[in-house]
Amino acid sequence: MSSVLYDTPGPRARIRNRIITVVFLALIALVVWWAWGQLDEKNQLESSLWKPFTTSEAWTTYLLPGLTNTLKAAALSMVIALPLGALLGIGRLSDHRWIRVPVSAVVEFLRAIPVLLMMLFANQLYVNAGTISSEDRPFYAVVTGLVLYNASVLAEIVRAGILALPKGQTEAAQAVGLRKGQTMRSVLLPQAVTTMLPAIVSQLVVIVKDTALGGAILTFDELLNSSKTLASNYTNMVPALTVAAVIYIILNLLLTTFASRLEGWLRRSRRSTGAVLGADAVEDINAPGKSANVPHNTGESGGGGGL
Amino acid sequence: MFDFLDGYDVLGAFWKTIQLTFFSAVGSLIWGTLLAAMRVSPVPLMRGFGTVYVNVVRNIPLSVIIVFTSLGLADVFSVTMGAGGDVATLAFRLSVLGLTAYTSAFVCEAVRSGINTVHLGQAEAARAIGLNFFQVLTLIVLPQAFRAVIGPLANVLIALTKNTTVAAAIGVAEAAYLMKKMIENEAQTILIGLVFAFGFVVLTLPMGLFLNWLGKRLAVKR
Repeated sequence: MSSVLYDTPGPRARIRNRIITVVFLALIALVVWWAWGQLDEKNQLESSLWKPFTTSEAWTTYLLPGLTNTLKAAALSMVIALPLGALLGIGRLSDHRWIRVPVSAVVEFLRAIPVLLMMLFANQLYVNAGTISSEDRPFYAVVTGLVLYNASVLAEIVRAGILALPKGQTEAAQAVGLRKGQTMRSVLLPQAVTTMLPAIVSQLVVIVKDTALGGAILTFDELLNSSKTLASNYTNMVPALTVAAVIYIILNLLLTTFASRLEGWLRRSRRSTGAVLGADAVEDINAPGKSANVPHNTGESGGGGGL
Repeated sequence: MFDFLDGYDVLGAFWKTIQLTFFSAVGSLIWGTLLAAMRVSPVPLMRGFGTVYVNVVRNIPLSVIIVFTSLGLADVFSVTMGAGGDVATLAFRLSVLGLTAYTSAFVCEAVRSGINTVHLGQAEAARAIGLNFFQVLTLIVLPQAFRAVIGPLANVLIALTKNTTVAAAIGVAEAAYLMKKMIENEAQTILIGLVFAFGFVVLTLPMGLFLNWLGKRLAVKR
């Protein structure tokens, strides 16, 4: 194989690569052996610490309820943030300055603030209002924080999704006499939804990871927090956090795989315009002051985006 | 109006945030670049290691990693990070460690995507006119790759700045930690929220605008 950095390896390069492989393998083995020794020295490998995870009690009392809360908070945040994000995204595309400017300011402001600050703020507002019972409060605070933040991120995804559509769509809609609102509702939005789907699924990964903030700081009883409770019961902090991490990895890998399958399927599908907002667009959008790289299919090759 | 700020070191807390960002940024730039080098290397085992590291680490919530550095590394494995028993220093260094481990995965992907933007034809043309490997790398590939990397790296830096708030989970006295304390003890909930939100806007927005401008200015026109 050839790349920008090196040519297809010849006989000498192949020997060199093999030597590097052996050295690197030895290095990895050394690190694993050392880490294993550390685990053993602190008695973290004893089967009694890992045994609880083979019993149904650990799962039904701690891990599964925690995972359910994680998923509930993530799903609810996404469901509420989507329409809000769509409104904000369309607002940013408005022809009217007095809509576009304030909406842009709100979106940029929300994207610049850490989601944890929003959770803390929402939590205190609910304490002050006193209408939500203290056991439900962390859940509401986490969802509120996630909705505020992700509405701004989804606004950018929606905006990028609409801008990624070929210009001919708007022009054709105008040519048959549709108004601006009609063009948006019946021509642009329906197509943009399929364009954005992979990016929206990828954003779910970010949301799932952010729910753990609520567990770490607001005692929201999600997966991280419930595995900490489990650990204090069985005194097995390292195994408990390891199992929690593995669950997160599997869940997020499933979401990521689904997003890229969706992306590939949408790109091949004949009904779409071919414009797809990929998973990598999401990482750009999570930083303020930036806009997503939109893949234009107007002839100029991608990369620049430069909206 | 702002007398609720009396007795709280808001600037000190934001200084802690900046320190966390700085040290983690330096650390993750080094480790992330190394990982990226592995991911584009001709050795399959190194590529495999880089891929596994990135896919594992970026799918774990940062909170889990930070909590693990404290409850796992420090409490179980008695890692001291050379802090000499000073709890605050230990928490700070553990956070930098956790943030570095997490952010490196994203730095790696940013650098790798930068290298991938350089067209294969560039290197092939360079070899065709007789440049050696070192010349191809320093004259043709890296200058283009660095420019393409500024934009994605800026995003990572901004995300890192916001992510430092997670350090509050293990008691590092940075902005989110102070905000939690203030918001619980003082009545001016909304004002406090706005002060801290403003602090982060001041930190991240100019950073984003400047680096975005720089990235566009230096971008290789194709």
